[in-house]
Amino acid sequence: MSGAQEIDVAKLARMRAARYRKLVLAGRVGTLVFIVGAWQLLTDYKIIDPFFAGSPLGIIERLADWFTHGTAYGSFWYQIWVTMEESLLGFFAGVTAGVFFGVLLGEIPLLSDILTPYIKVVNALPRIVLGSIFVIWLGLGLPSKVMLAAVLVFFVVFFNAYQGVKSVDRNLVNHARILGASRLEVVWHVVVPSATSWIIASLHVALGFSIIGAIVGEFLGAQHGLGLVIATAQNNFDTDGVFGAMLIIGIIAISAEGLMAMAEKRLLAWRPARASENEAGGI
Amino acid sequence: MSKPTSGGDIVLAGVTKRFVTPTGQAMTAIRDVNLKIGAGKFCAIVGPTGCGKSTTLTLTSGLDTPSAGTVHVGGRQVDGITPGVGFVFQHDALLPWKPVIANVALGPQLRGASKTEARAQAREWLATVGLSGFEEHYPHQLSGGMRKRVQLAATLINNPSLLMMDEPFSALDVQTRAIMTNELMRLWEQSRPSVMFVTHDLEEAIAIADQVVVMTVGPATVKDVFEIDLPRPRGQIQDIRFDARFLELYKMIWTSLREEVERSYAMAAARKAGDK
Ligand SMILES: Nc1ncnc2c1ncn2[C@@H]1O[C@H](COP(=O)(O)OP(=O)(O)OP(=O)(O)O)[C@@H](O)[C@H]1O
Ligand SMILES: [Mg+2]
Repeated sequence: MSGAQEIDVAKLARMRAARYRKLVLAGRVGTLVFIVGAWQLLTDYKIIDPFFAGSPLGIIERLADWFTHGTAYGSFWYQIWVTMEESLLGFFAGVTAGVFFGVLLGEIPLLSDILTPYIKVVNALPRIVLGSIFVIWLGLGLPSKVMLAAVLVFFVVFFNAYQGVKSVDRNLVNHARILGASRLEVVWHVVVPSATSWIIASLHVALGFSIIGAIVGEFLGAQHGLGLVIATAQNNFDTDGVFGAMLIIGIIAISAEGLMAMAEKRLLAWRPARASENEAGGI
Repeated sequence: MSKPTSGGDIVLAGVTKRFVTPTGQAMTAIRDVNLKIGAGKFCAIVGPTGCGKSTTLTLTSGLDTPSAGTVHVGGRQVDGITPGVGFVFQHDALLPWKPVIANVALGPQLRGASKTEARAQAREWLATVGLSGFEEHYPHQLSGGMRKRVQLAATLINNPSLLMMDEPFSALDVQTRAIMTNELMRLWEQSRPSVMFVTHDLEEAIAIADQVVVMTVGPATVKDVFEIDLPRPRGQIQDIRFDARFLELYKMIWTSLREEVERSYAMAAARKAGDK
């Protein structure tokens, strides 16, 4: 009696879910079309000033021009590459240092008690201004941007790694100790894996920060990169150019986010369901 | 599996443990515990809930140090993790990010076995606890009873000469429990570790132990120690319950334990009344 009914119910639910997904997709496309269309029309009819607001077609033209003819400081692809390189290097340097010091201070309370006030002070500073120092110290090239990105990333990852270490289940630590684990082995087999979900939660914010660090670093002084492209467009009152570069940065950020979601899925395969870790943030 | 080892004797002398509670007050978990367990003996510990049984095991295993008194194992004073100790914790202690096989292989690996060697051993132990085919499952994909069995395998694989078991079978259903208990007794007869076995099941305690220790309500101390003179091997623990001597012992120990359990409830009731 119920077999056929159950199949019907399951089928119905699936159909309903599929229909809902289509509706959401249509809504999204519609929203995009509406905003872009309205933007284009409003600027076409000069209801809003295209000089200030730019326009979708203008942005596309500007990007096409950049991609085909390059910018004043080399091909557009190269500018994209430079910014990505700076962000990635900064990201990895910041994450490595953040995890290392987070675990170190989490494991050695004396050290963390000594350093806590200093870390708080540095954390309270608007770290973005460090960019100026780094440009003075390290010059207009890649290192100053990498450094700024790394510093921004470091604090986010550091605080989360530290929290993660602090919230390790003592029972698991005891279990490993009984099995014969040394202090370092406890850190490797228990503390780091258990802090991983905390660390990974911070990586999303950190990734955004690494891009911010690179771009701001380029604003402050650079010879290449998307930040420089934006700064130049700004000086020329080239609104389309600013929006165009922004669009590219957005695409980079979203792709990186996608890659990270994949990595996260692999690293946290053991977890039953998504847990919501807190994210420490702030520039 | 490595060679059988026989455990040393366990001597607790005047052991007291105080904790600082979250509110900052000191609370005594156990006070002046004196206990002798012969080498290779099986000692069951019973007592009202929250009295300090787990704490006693923690101190014996060297995970924590007593506030006063000393613990000796095999003539050596405990200072740091006691060598050769195995501990089946009351609460889940499997590493959730490692599959079952890696969890069980962890012990030998930490003691220097190669990965393939450790895994081969782990596979054998998983078969012993009836979990062949679950090697690649993560702990959260197992039932509570299955996790407990993995825990058992992960502990016993190190061939401990001193075995702390904190309510190891409480999550198991009656049938699995009987099977695991018989299996534990078989393994114990083989390598004769000294065992401290906490349980709330008095029948289980009498059926398997050489000695049953009754602890008082918290702060706990040793109230009575009963030697269980039932001959070994005792055979199936399901059958021994009808033995006349078993019933006699049961009555005696239950009388002693019941007092403490009743006092524990009375105290809880009084606390509750005080809170109001
Ligand atoms: N780390 C700790 N900090 C503070 N108090 C603790 C700590 N560990 C145990 N206690 C306290 O010590 C007492 C004894 O705890 P213990 O876990 O040894 O009891 P138990 O006899 O094993 O109980 P159960 O049978 O319920 O497992 C309890 O009142 C508990 O609150
Ligand atoms: Mg307990």
